[in-house]
Amino acid sequence: MTDFLQLIVSGTATGACYALAALGFTLLWQASGTINFALGEMVMLPAFIMLFFIGPAGLPLPLAFAATLVVSLIILGAGFKRLVVDPMIRHGVIPLVIATLGLSIALKQTVRIVYSAQVYTFPSIFSETLLSLGGAKLSVSDVGTVVIAGGLVLALQAFLNGTLTGRAMQAVAQNRDAAVVLGINAERMVLYAFLVNAGLAATTALLVTPVYLAKFDMGDTLGLKAFYAAIIGGFNNSRGALLGGILVGVLENLVGAYISPGYKEGVALLLFLGVILFKPEGLLGKAEERKV
Amino acid sequence: MMRFLLIAAAVIAIYFLPAGLKNYGIYIVTLWSVYVIAGMGLNLTVGYAGQISLGQAAFWGIGAYTTAIALKAGLPFLAALPLAALLCFGVGLLLGFPALRVQHHYLAFATLGFNILVYLVLRNEDWLTGGSFGINNIAEPTLLGWRISRPLDFFQFTWIATVAMGVLMALLLRSPWGRAFAALRDNPIRAESVGIDTTFYTLLAFAIGAAYAGVAGAFFACLVGFIEPAPFGVNTSLSMLLMVIAGGSGRFFGPAIGAMIVVLIPEWLRFAAEWYLAIFGVMIVVMMVWLPGGILSLPERLRGAK
Amino acid sequence: MTALLDVQAMQKAYGAIRAVDGVSFSVASGEILGVIGPNGSGKTTLFNAILGQVLPSAGSVAFEGHDVTGSKPLHLARRGIGRTFQSLQVFGKLSVRDNLIAAGQEFGTGKFARLFAAPEAGLGPRAEEIIALFRIGHVAHLPAGSLSYGQQKLVDIAMAFMSRPRLVLLDEPCAGVNPALIDQLTELLRRLNREAGTTFIVIEHNMDFVMNLCSRVICMAQGRILAEGPPAEVQANRAVLEAYLGA
Ligand SMILES: Nc1ncnc2c1ncn2[C@@H]1O[C@H](COP(=O)(O)OP(=O)(O)O)[C@@H](O)[C@H]1O
Ligand SMILES: [Mg+2]
Repeated sequence: MTDFLQLIVSGTATGACYALAALGFTLLWQASGTINFALGEMVMLPAFIMLFFIGPAGLPLPLAFAATLVVSLIILGAGFKRLVVDPMIRHGVIPLVIATLGLSIALKQTVRIVYSAQVYTFPSIFSETLLSLGGAKLSVSDVGTVVIAGGLVLALQAFLNGTLTGRAMQAVAQNRDAAVVLGINAERMVLYAFLVNAGLAATTALLVTPVYLAKFDMGDTLGLKAFYAAIIGGFNNSRGALLGGILVGVLENLVGAYISPGYKEGVALLLFLGVILFKPEGLLGKAEERKV
Repeated sequence: MMRFLLIAAAVIAIYFLPAGLKNYGIYIVTLWSVYVIAGMGLNLTVGYAGQISLGQAAFWGIGAYTTAIALKAGLPFLAALPLAALLCFGVGLLLGFPALRVQHHYLAFATLGFNILVYLVLRNEDWLTGGSFGINNIAEPTLLGWRISRPLDFFQFTWIATVAMGVLMALLLRSPWGRAFAALRDNPIRAESVGIDTTFYTLLAFAIGAAYAGVAGAFFACLVGFIEPAPFGVNTSLSMLLMVIAGGSGRFFGPAIGAMIVVLIPEWLRFAAEWYLAIFGVMIVVMMVWLPGGILSLPERLRGAK
Repeated sequence: MTALLDVQAMQKAYGAIRAVDGVSFSVASGEILGVIGPNGSGKTTLFNAILGQVLPSAGSVAFEGHDVTGSKPLHLARRGIGRTFQSLQVFGKLSVRDNLIAAGQEFGTGKFARLFAAPEAGLGPRAEEIIALFRIGHVAHLPAGSLSYGQQKLVDIAMAFMSRPRLVLLDEPCAGVNPALIDQLTELLRRLNREAGTTFIVIEHNMDFVMNLCSRVICMAQGRILAEGPPAEVQANRAVLEAYLGA
């Protein structure tokens, strides 16, 4: 029973990280129709940038994170939009899928050459103490991860629904032409979406790397899980990403422990295929009727 | 007519060309030929029928494993080959069903998810697939008692099959079905309103595309003689899609050009040693930014630029 | 004699909006029925509900005495109903000729027979006939997506006739088409009506076109039928004028 509780809590923590990355993915899709296959690498790269700031540059972790955030916003946010997405978006979905794929290969391989294929440990922002809760031992880092990730998702939702800029971003996502007619600077709103995506990715890196460890291909599974979480939860709903992420994280832990570790990776997949077949708009999403 | 002669000359030249190559060179050219078969199938699904598939390598794997298992069971290659194609056709039909309900990114991830599922089965079901150890000592194919064991012979055999599959594809694309696929791609709503059964053609686009991958898989199994799950993962599906897009999606010779990019360029980049994959990745991005219609769109692009 | 098309109490709601709100009418074989009404009055939605493009919320549709309520567009096409769309809907990368053949090839023989049929499925002569009728011979070999708006509109309309439908629903055929072409189109539709006996329902804002062509007119406003009768009568109707002026 206590095992069970621990599995749930650590699954929730992993899932919350999936949710953060998933949220960035849905934002990009809504704002600009971009399917970003380099999502996992956009988490992996900040992890290594942070390692650089901590190691060779000798900064303490909070400062290293702040510096990484700035670099991410510039390169993975604005740079990615200008150099890769903008020139290609009018050619439809597939060229962009291929291009982000190429980007993912390039980023992964460059890091592999610079840092080798070695695994690096990564400092945690949390202490290693265990909390005792009715006999069960919970790690502070799991609980802290859930609190931070969950808080961020909710804060982002509050921003999207509660502020003028957030509403404008949603308006652009729903109907770009109408938003432009209303005087909204659509281009700027799309840029914000890319910046938020980059920020979320850097934060995800901060939270997952202590557990996943830094490796050039750490983004592979992470990116995939985030995609699943986004679709399972529902694309047009930021709480959907949170639900999807946590469902995936918890179920993986349970299947890995009680059914078969070999099919642990299959859980997200089955859940995902089920959702696609029976409720394509996602668990919390709203169905959109197609117009002729 | 001129065009026909040119194509015939190229087909014959490629048949004899590898005679001058060492075994590794012949292996690379054979691999290219195998990729062309799988790519033609994917080009039907993606380029002609307008669907998205990130799962072609799964069918490639199903074809390869089916062939390996059938050959181990003592079946001749000429029986294993249609078996592989048929099985892939059936599974491809099933994969078409999600495509009826969802499009765009959903379909991309549904097919990608399917690929991962197949990969997991290949890796975990030891009793059937040998798990992560795979299946080794796959028999060389035998044709009417003639054992094809020299690499050059096997290449020529593969090349004949590739050309035959190409001819079949050309006939399919010229038939009313080809037009129906294109109508489905260009405008599914309009297609329905003129009586085109989009459900049927969507399913068939996936199934026929999958059958081509199955045939490619059968040749791949015999080419390498040893199969394990690794080559049939998502990365290969992505390479195959890259191949179709980079060559020119919806163009008949797109996959042949694209397969060169995927198979040959990494070889040429070996001089760059460990940097070659990174360079490859950057090349893909640059090419998509500059030439999203693929290499075969280059002439139009140059004409348009003038 | 039963009507060719009979629509009863048709309703289509999008959430709280009742785009079509209880519309009943019928069309006799050989008629040309005009549908007018201000933008947003539910004309296109009515077409879509009749043609199975959207599922009606309530009501029924019968074609040649068979109940076809909620049938898929595909099946209605096979039963002999053609349509055109308000927005351009051609197969952009196919040539004009291929657009026409695509629009006619799925009728008659079974699918598997078509796999082995000649590339043009025996429809070459029919395509030439339609091309001549619509006078689009000079662009027949070009990709439909590369033509001007008016030319694409003609192709779009021409496609509806490939399969010799008994009923054709046209949604704003004159929008964006130049005046000379409109006269040509009027002539063409009249001829198809007279010679092939094709029945038409036409949504159109161009009043001259409607007055010239239609034998009867329905005016819609806010999802309902406001007036129905001979063109001149409907045009003179006060309620219709008010609906247009936005009373
Ligand atoms: N898919 C849809 N979702 C929501 N509302 C719709 C949809 N399609 C049409 N409507 C609404 O239905 C009403 C009628 O539209 P439409 O049939 O296009 O009018 P018309 O063709 O007469 O101009 C409009 O208010 C329109 O906004
Ligand atoms: Mg309308």
